[in-house]
Amino acid sequence: MASRFQHSNRAGWLMAGPAAALIGLFIIVPFALAIVFSFTNQRLISPNPAEFIGLDNYRQLLGVATLTLAPETDAAGAPVVENGEVQYPALRGYTRNNPDYPGLRGMREWFSFDWGDNRTFVLARDVVFMTAIVNTFIFVLVVAPVQGGLALGLALLINQKLRGINVFRAIYFMPVVVSIVVVSLLWRFIYDGNSGLLNNLLGFLSFGFIPPVDWLGNPSTALGAIIAMSIWQAVGFHMVIWLSGLQTISPTLYEAAALEGASKWQTFRHVTWPGLRNTAVLVLIVITMQAFALFAQIDVTTRGGPLDSTQTIVFQAVQRGYGKQDISGGSAISVILFVIVLAISLTQRWLTREKR
Amino acid sequence: MARISLKDVRKSYGSTDVIRGVDIEIEDGEFAVFVGPSGCGKSTLLRMVAGLEDITSGTLSIGDRVVNDLPPKDRKVAMVFQSYAIFPHMTVRENVAFGLTIAGASKAEKDAKVAEAARILQMEPLLDRRPSQLSGGQRQRVAIGRAIVRKPEVFLFDEPLSNLDAALRMDMRMEISKLHKQLGTTMIYVTHDQVEAMTLADKIVVLKGGEVQQIGAPMELYHHPVNAFVAGFLGSPSMNFLDVEVVEANGDAVTVRNGALDPVTVSRASGDYVAGGRALLGIRPQYLVPAADEAASALHGTVGLAERLGTETIVDVALKDGKSLIAALSQDAILEMGAPIGFTFDPAKCHLFAARSA
Ligand SMILES: Nc1ncnc2c1ncn2[C@@H]1O[C@H](COP(=O)(O)OP(=O)(O)O)[C@@H](O)[C@H]1O
Ligand SMILES: [Mg+2]
Repeated sequence: MASRFQHSNRAGWLMAGPAAALIGLFIIVPFALAIVFSFTNQRLISPNPAEFIGLDNYRQLLGVATLTLAPETDAAGAPVVENGEVQYPALRGYTRNNPDYPGLRGMREWFSFDWGDNRTFVLARDVVFMTAIVNTFIFVLVVAPVQGGLALGLALLINQKLRGINVFRAIYFMPVVVSIVVVSLLWRFIYDGNSGLLNNLLGFLSFGFIPPVDWLGNPSTALGAIIAMSIWQAVGFHMVIWLSGLQTISPTLYEAAALEGASKWQTFRHVTWPGLRNTAVLVLIVITMQAFALFAQIDVTTRGGPLDSTQTIVFQAVQRGYGKQDISGGSAISVILFVIVLAISLTQRWLTREKR
Repeated sequence: MARISLKDVRKSYGSTDVIRGVDIEIEDGEFAVFVGPSGCGKSTLLRMVAGLEDITSGTLSIGDRVVNDLPPKDRKVAMVFQSYAIFPHMTVRENVAFGLTIAGASKAEKDAKVAEAARILQMEPLLDRRPSQLSGGQRQRVAIGRAIVRKPEVFLFDEPLSNLDAALRMDMRMEISKLHKQLGTTMIYVTHDQVEAMTLADKIVVLKGGEVQQIGAPMELYHHPVNAFVAGFLGSPSMNFLDVEVVEANGDAVTVRNGALDPVTVSRASGDYVAGGRALLGIRPQYLVPAADEAASALHGTVGLAERLGTETIVDVALKDGKSLIAALSQDAILEMGAPIGFTFDPAKCHLFAARSA
């Protein structure tokens, strides 16, 4: 018994071996290395040996603090107002060599808000990384529901027995087979600030009332433009997943619903949507994970700009690790991303679990 | 109130004709069974009545309305599917109440009607279970429950018992029969099982290849089948057919014989027979009586396999002309394999049909 088990086990290992070795070499080893590096000051190329520095990388990335300051007052005790703005003491005084505030050393202002007469400054040790985190979350929070919903809508449209429906399936799926790098290059033309397709189209439709916008060059539109492009590119992929989910629902259930007098919406609500439960969980998790990994679009179009308005976590990881050769900092970012995605996936699974 | 009438109803998928001109009248409150071999178009016909398939041509009326172009929900029909078609994510209660939920009924009304349906179908303890926790028979009960809460004018059943085991099938058959007596609603029941047809129906419609073969009460069809197909389809074991030669045709009396059959004179129901022509003689296995004296019998052969079922013994007989024959003998006679055996029968219980076209 035991020998037979070992015998077939050996054959099994031989067959699984090549794949397991490659997975180990290119996924598990780098993953483990990233965790190890993130606790050191390893650089990409450096004559000095790496040292173990504990959580310094994480402190450097995630360090946040608040500082509440009262307005500057003149001799009479009234707030100083210049150009209609209340003046506050310079932050430099607190973040540079101020022995009373050792925790704020090296921090910069991220944003601030007024609280009564005082102003609260939120300081971060790495403001760009904080922006990257916020941008990534905005991206995920917009892309996940919009892309998932659009994909479901397309799947419902396409899940009909009509002549030539396969043409539509192919068309909607086409952007998926085109590399995101190519898609990004093409969309740069669409978004072009002068004679881009989008500007021309808007100008034409509004009879010239809408002035041309440099979609990728404007901090207030760049992230939105990248979101729209990303949704367009992968919506077909999720459409196919929804479609496969739709096709697992037995047609007799629809017939039963039709006989019971269900309207289109009632059929969707009582038959289709409950039948798509597992598909919905899958689509949501896949979109979320893909969205957190946002990189190629940024790298091809804006490289994080303008004014850091399209910085993302993965773009930061790559820039830091290879651009600045700070491989340990890049690794720490990767580990942070891993923890975020893991936590979100587990939460999603828990929220969408089958309730008994 | 809900008479159903089909007039020259046809259905084609592209160039394939699946239903080829069907005329059926079903009276209010009648239990009609569509029976026929697999693929003969029973389901298609039923789904046309339900509104799940459109009608290529002809007229379908329910009550006094022509419903050809009415969507399913406006036809006041409820249907029970072979695959149950109950919603897997809903409890039994939600499933049964589905039609009421769709119609926006109040909770009190739903509770009352679900309770009544559960009482009729004796499934009160199941109401809070999920379909995955039910057996096949229980699921079918849920499907029937969903059909009855809406008080439809017509019930349609598409092979509702084929997924159940034999014992359960018999129970549910009786339940459905009881339900029909209790509700008095028009029902159309589709099956390929002639036993279900014989036991449930007020009116049987025998279908073959998309055409109606015969319509009538079960016993009428059993005793007076219009053709060999109907004769062979109803009754178990099925009727024996002997290829015979017509010796003499004299008015309604036709004398036939073959290698194993001594000349016998039967009365014709229909058809033209001329001396020297061929014909098909049908004898039900139950009407064959083994002769004490082989020489005095009309039909000659040797005993083959015998199956004792307790109530009767089914014997496979090799006839003298090489054909085989099934006899159902009531007494449990000891039959020796290979022994010669002869049968007599009452010519009045035979059926004469036109010869099978070669
Ligand atoms: N959608 C379809 N397209 C073409 N042929 C069909 C279709 N549905 C059923 N048929 C054919 O119609 C015939 C009758 O089918 P059906 O009504 O399901 O038979 P049954 O009597 O077994 O219920 C079958 O020969 C089947 O192949
Ligand atoms: Mg069928």
